[in-house]
Amino acid sequence: MPAYEIEIILNRQLADCLSIPVFITDTMGNLIFYNEPAEEIFGKRFEDTGEMPVEQWSTMFRPVDEAGIRLPPDELPLVKTLQNATPHHKTFWIESLQGKNQKISVTSYPIIGRTGVMSGAVAIFWKSNDE
Amino acid sequence: MKIKLWGVRGSITTTGPETAYYGGNTSCVDVWEDGCVLVLDGGSGIQKLVLDNELVTKRIDVLLTHLHMDHIQGLGFFSPLFDPSMEVHIWGPASITRTLHSRLSRYLSPPLFPVLIRDLPCKLTFHEIQNSHFTIGPFTIHTDYVIHPGPTVGFRVSGRRSTFTYIPDHEPALGKNGIIKSSQWLSGFDLAVGADLLLHDAQYTGQEYLKKKGWGHSSMEDAGLFASMAGVKRVLFAHHDPSRTDIQLDDIFTAFQEKNSYTFNYQLAREGMEIILDDL
Repeated sequence: MPAYEIEIILNRQLADCLSIPVFITDTMGNLIFYNEPAEEIFGKRFEDTGEMPVEQWSTMFRPVDEAGIRLPPDELPLVKTLQNATPHHKTFWIESLQGKNQKISVTSYPIIGRTGVMSGAVAIFWKSNDE
Repeated sequence: MKIKLWGVRGSITTTGPETAYYGGNTSCVDVWEDGCVLVLDGGSGIQKLVLDNELVTKRIDVLLTHLHMDHIQGLGFFSPLFDPSMEVHIWGPASITRTLHSRLSRYLSPPLFPVLIRDLPCKLTFHEIQNSHFTIGPFTIHTDYVIHPGPTVGFRVSGRRSTFTYIPDHEPALGKNGIIKSSQWLSGFDLAVGADLLLHDAQYTGQEYLKKKGWGHSSMEDAGLFASMAGVKRVLFAHHDPSRTDIQLDDIFTAFQEKNSYTFNYQLAREGMEIILDDL
């Protein structure tokens, strides 16, 4: 298996140092790394799951809008970033592991290195205090 | 494939009797095969290369890992650049903002240097490289960006029968917990995997590295781990810290050997060292 581009590796190393949840995907949306704070959102440890295909990890969330209506994937920041290689931001709700909706903000950005080619994307999750 | 080391010192030249054995010239290595030569980096060692070698070709290719001063400072004293009969190709990492020619001109122009690049009489061509594959004569060359401040690549040079990997400036351990022990997450892995010979940054001791994270270099321990993960056959530790005397280098390396054993042969790179990679 070839090594990832260094901009992917460095994003993982950075995420590993941060206290906010960070997800890193490849260009297909497969989840290739999430840090310890993100493990709380998933309820799973990266060491246990390893990388996850998009079909698997995307079903672990139930993103909804203010009215509780399910958000289509195309409205999620990370999906938009993967589609058009630009940063996106959105505040919405996800159903927590306890069945309670948690208001979160997500900021996503593309990983585009010196070659100019997009090699993946990062999503940062910010928990909102007002629920 | 024949390899000669013309400079293995890091950061700045350290000429003097106390560094005479391992050498004080900065990064430069040549690689020969079938009368074709590649020069890897243009540190101060490149000047001796020209003095000692009678070139058998009218084409010479200089491959720069990056443009830090210790890797280009010898270029202004590289005689083929001043020879109108010579065809010189300079290969270096691409930047997203300025061309290779423009960035090298910062050094090769007044007030730092009296001669402008455009006034050099040789037939000069610049090549911007990224994560690239290309061939020069009998060599197939693979380059990838590696972790080091600023655009920096390493080289995997494959000849007809053997492979030499050159990554003199590299910090694969940059991060909270050092090197991630998975080849997929190892900067430079694809360059080094299975190489017959790896020349790799090993500027610091493990203790020194803790105070110098982010400076772009490796400890001997991390160089050893990198080589182990890549499954190389032989390693040269290079980019010696300019503060080290020969005696200090020997003492540090001896202490390192007492604590670390590997399945591959490893030693300190030394200026003037010649290596012939045999048929495998």
